[in-house]
Amino acid sequence: MSDHPGSEALQSQYLTVNLAHEEYGIDILAVREIRGWTPVTRIPQAPHYVLGVLNLRGAIVPVIDMRLRFGLPREDYGPTTVAVIVAVAGRNFGVVVDAVSDVLDVAADAIRPVPDMGTAVDTEYLKGLTAAGERMVLLLDVDRLLQPQDAQMLEAALPAAADVKAVA
Amino acid sequence: MSKVALAQFQQVFVEESLEGLDTMESSLLALDDGGDAELVHTIFRAAHSIKGGAATFGFPEISSFTHEAESLLDEVRGGKRAIDGGIVGLLLRTVDCLRGMFARAQAGELLDDATAAVLRGELAAAMGRGAEAGAAPASARVDRAEAWTIRFRPHPGMLAGGNDPLRLIRELAGLGTLEVTAELDRLPALDRLDPSECHLGWTIALRGPASRADIAAVFDWVEGECDLAIEPVQAAAPAPAPAPPAPAPVADMAAARTQREAGGESTVRVAIGKIDGLINLVGELVITQSMLDTFRDGVDASRLALLEQGLAQLARHTRELQESVMGIRMLPIASVFNRFPRMVRDLSQKLGKQVRLELVGEHTELDKTVLEKIGDPLVHLVRNAIDHGLEPPAQRRAAGKGDTGTLRLEASHRGGSIVVEVSDDGAGLDRAAIVAKAVQRGLIAGGDGLDDEAVAELIFQPGFSTAAVTTDLSGRGVGMDVVRRNVADLGGTVTIRSTRGKGSVFTITLPLTLAIIDGLTAAVGEEHYIVPLVSIVESVQLGAEAIRTVAGGGELFRFRDEYLPLVRLHRAFGCPGAAQRIEDGLVIVVEGDGSRVGLFVDGLLGQQQAVVKSLEANYRRVQGISGATILADGSVALIVDIAGLVRLQGGRKAA
Repeated sequence: MSDHPGSEALQSQYLTVNLAHEEYGIDILAVREIRGWTPVTRIPQAPHYVLGVLNLRGAIVPVIDMRLRFGLPREDYGPTTVAVIVAVAGRNFGVVVDAVSDVLDVAADAIRPVPDMGTAVDTEYLKGLTAAGERMVLLLDVDRLLQPQDAQMLEAALPAAADVKAVA
Repeated sequence: MSKVALAQFQQVFVEESLEGLDTMESSLLALDDGGDAELVHTIFRAAHSIKGGAATFGFPEISSFTHEAESLLDEVRGGKRAIDGGIVGLLLRTVDCLRGMFARAQAGELLDDATAAVLRGELAAAMGRGAEAGAAPASARVDRAEAWTIRFRPHPGMLAGGNDPLRLIRELAGLGTLEVTAELDRLPALDRLDPSECHLGWTIALRGPASRADIAAVFDWVEGECDLAIEPVQAAAPAPAPAPPAPAPVADMAAARTQREAGGESTVRVAIGKIDGLINLVGELVITQSMLDTFRDGVDASRLALLEQGLAQLARHTRELQESVMGIRMLPIASVFNRFPRMVRDLSQKLGKQVRLELVGEHTELDKTVLEKIGDPLVHLVRNAIDHGLEPPAQRRAAGKGDTGTLRLEASHRGGSIVVEVSDDGAGLDRAAIVAKAVQRGLIAGGDGLDDEAVAELIFQPGFSTAAVTTDLSGRGVGMDVVRRNVADLGGTVTIRSTRGKGSVFTITLPLTLAIIDGLTAAVGEEHYIVPLVSIVESVQLGAEAIRTVAGGGELFRFRDEYLPLVRLHRAFGCPGAAQRIEDGLVIVVEGDGSRVGLFVDGLLGQQQAVVKSLEANYRRVQGISGATILADGSVALIVDIAGLVRLQGGRKAA
C-alpha cells in the first residue's frame, strides 16, 4: 500500500473469513499467516474462548476461538477450520474461524457504520460494514479483539487464581 | 562527520567513559586504602580520556568539568599535593556527578546541574588551597593567571596524526572565553597548497582563571607536533574559595546507577576466547553435516556404523554449541560486587562504623538476566548488614570484638546453582525484639516453642522491622519480603542463619541461567507439564490411607516425619481425564520458596532439557506456570512454577 502514497487512507485490503454463515473482514496488515487447525496446548485459568497456545516458529502464541469469543454455538473443527495469526500492538495471537474466503479491496468511503442490530458479533468489535457484490462483509476491529475485555481479563487473573485455590 | 555517525560513536564513547568512571572509582577506593602512585596515573588517564573524548564528541560541559578534576589529579600526580581522604571523597563525588551527566547526555537532557556547579567550585577551591598550602613553585613561572595568551603553531604534518586544531580550540573554550586570531603568514599560494597539511597558526587570548597545566593539558595530544607558547597576561589573583557545600546524599549515587542501568539498550561484552570457541564448534558442526550429507543417496548396512557415529557427533556438537552460546550470556558477578566497596565506604562513614569488606568469588559467572536483577536484593542485604548487623566500635569493644566489623560477600557455584552469601560478624538477629514485634503485629502468639530458624523467618514478613529508629537507610519495614520476592522471581531462595552476638549469614541460591532448565515431564490426564528438576525432592506412590483431609478441604500427606500439603495438579490446572484416586498416580515432593508440597500427577514420562519460552510475550502471566517450552514433536508444554504453586498453597492455608 505504501507503493501508492496517499492512497492508503482511501483504500485498504481485508482478508475475509467465514463465521457462522456471516462474512467478516480482518485488516490484512494485521494478518501474519494462516494455519490449518492443529491441536493446541490448553492453558490453566484461561477464559473459555482462549483455546490454548501453539508454537509459532519458537514463539508461544495464544489462540482464540472466534465463535466462543462472540458467544456463538460451538462447532466441530473441520478441514476448512483455520487459525489466522494476527499481530496487534506487538503481540501475536491466533483466531480460529470456520474458513477463510477472499481478499477484498475496500475503499474508505465504501465502509458504512454498523446498525446496532442483528449481527452475531457485538458492534463494539466492528469497524463498519461494506458490500462485496451481493455479500455483506463486517469489518472486524482487530485491535479490540484482545481488548479491552482482555485487559480486564489480565487484571482478573488473580481472583481467578483464588478460585483455583478454593478448589485445591 | 555526519550526525548519524557521530551519534553512533557517542554511544560507544559513553559506554567507554562509564567504564572509565568505574575504573576511577575503584582506583580511588584502593587509593583511600593506601594504594601506590600507579593508581593515581590510572585515575588520571581515565579522566584524561573522558575529557578528550567528551570534547571530540560534543559534550563540552563534561569536558570542562572533567578538566577541573584532571587538574587536581595532575597536581597529585606531579607530587605537588598529597592525596588525603578529603580529596578522594571530592573526586568520588565528581565521579558520581559525571555518571549523572552521562546519564543525562544519553537521555538528551541538559548536562549541567546544581551538583556539577557546586563540585566545580569545590574542585577549584581544592586547587586554590593547594596553591596556598603547597610549596612555592621553584621556577619564577606564573602557573595561574586570569588571562593567557597562547600561540599555537601546528607543524604541517599535525593533521595526519588525526589531531584537529578546531577540537583543541573548542576544548580551550571550556577554560574561559576565547579570542582567536588566525595567523595566515605561512599560507602558500593556492596552486601550491597541499590540503592535507596544516598551514595555519593561531594566537588565542584566553580569559578565565586557568592554570598553565590546564592549558598545556589541552595540547597534550599534539605535543611535539606543534610550536606552543603559553604566556600569562597578568599576575595571578588568588581564586576566591567558595564555602564548602553540604555533601551530596548517598542516595544520589544509587540514583545515578539506576539511571545508568535503565538507560539505553543493553549490550554484552564477550571475551574473544568464547567467540573463537563458538567458531570452532560451528566448524566441527559443518564437518559433521557434510559427513552426514554423504548418506543422502541412501544407507546400506555396511555404513550403518558410520551413520550412527555421525549422529552421535551431531548430538555432541549441538549440546556443546548450546552450552557455548549460553556461555555468552554468562558474566562474572564482579560487575555487581564492584559497587559495594563504594557503598560500604559511604555507609560506614555516615553511620560512624568501621567496616572491612571482603569480596570472594568475584569471577563466578552467571546469566546476564540474573545478574541484572540480583543487584537490588544484594544492596538491600548489605545495607541491612551495616545498619542493623554491625555494631559501632564502642559496642564491639564491649562485646570483646575488634573495632572493625567484617562484611563478607561470597559467590560460588554449587551444583546447578549459584550461591551468594552475605555474612557479617555483627550482633546477629535480636530474637527477643523480633518475637516482641511479631507478637505486637499479631503474627504469632508468643515466642515459646519457636526454634531460631522459625524466628528468623519472621523478618521476611511484609512490613516487618525491629529498628527502633527509622533511618534513611533502613528500618521502614520495606525490605526483607521484597528481597525474598525478587529472588523468588529469579527462581531462587533466600535463607538466613544467625547467632546472637556472632553475626548473620544470608544465603541466596540462584539458578545458573533462566533460559534452559532440566525438567521431568509429568503426565496429568492428556496433558504434559514440565516440573523443574532442581525443585524435585523425590517422588512417592501413596495409598489412600496416607491422606488426611483437614478442615477447609485441604489435604495433607505424611512424608518422612512431616505432613506436607498435597496439591492435585489436575485440580489446580483443571486438566480433564486425570487420575482421581491417589493410588493411581504419583506424588512428586517438591521444594520451593523454602517449603515443601506434594504434587499429585498421573505419572512421570522422563527427563528432558527445556528451553524456557515466555508466555507473557504474547499472552499473560499464568499463576502456577513459569513459562512454556517446545517439545520434540513441535507441540507446547507448560512449565510448572513450583514457588508460585507453593505460594498459592500458602495463601490458601492463611485464608
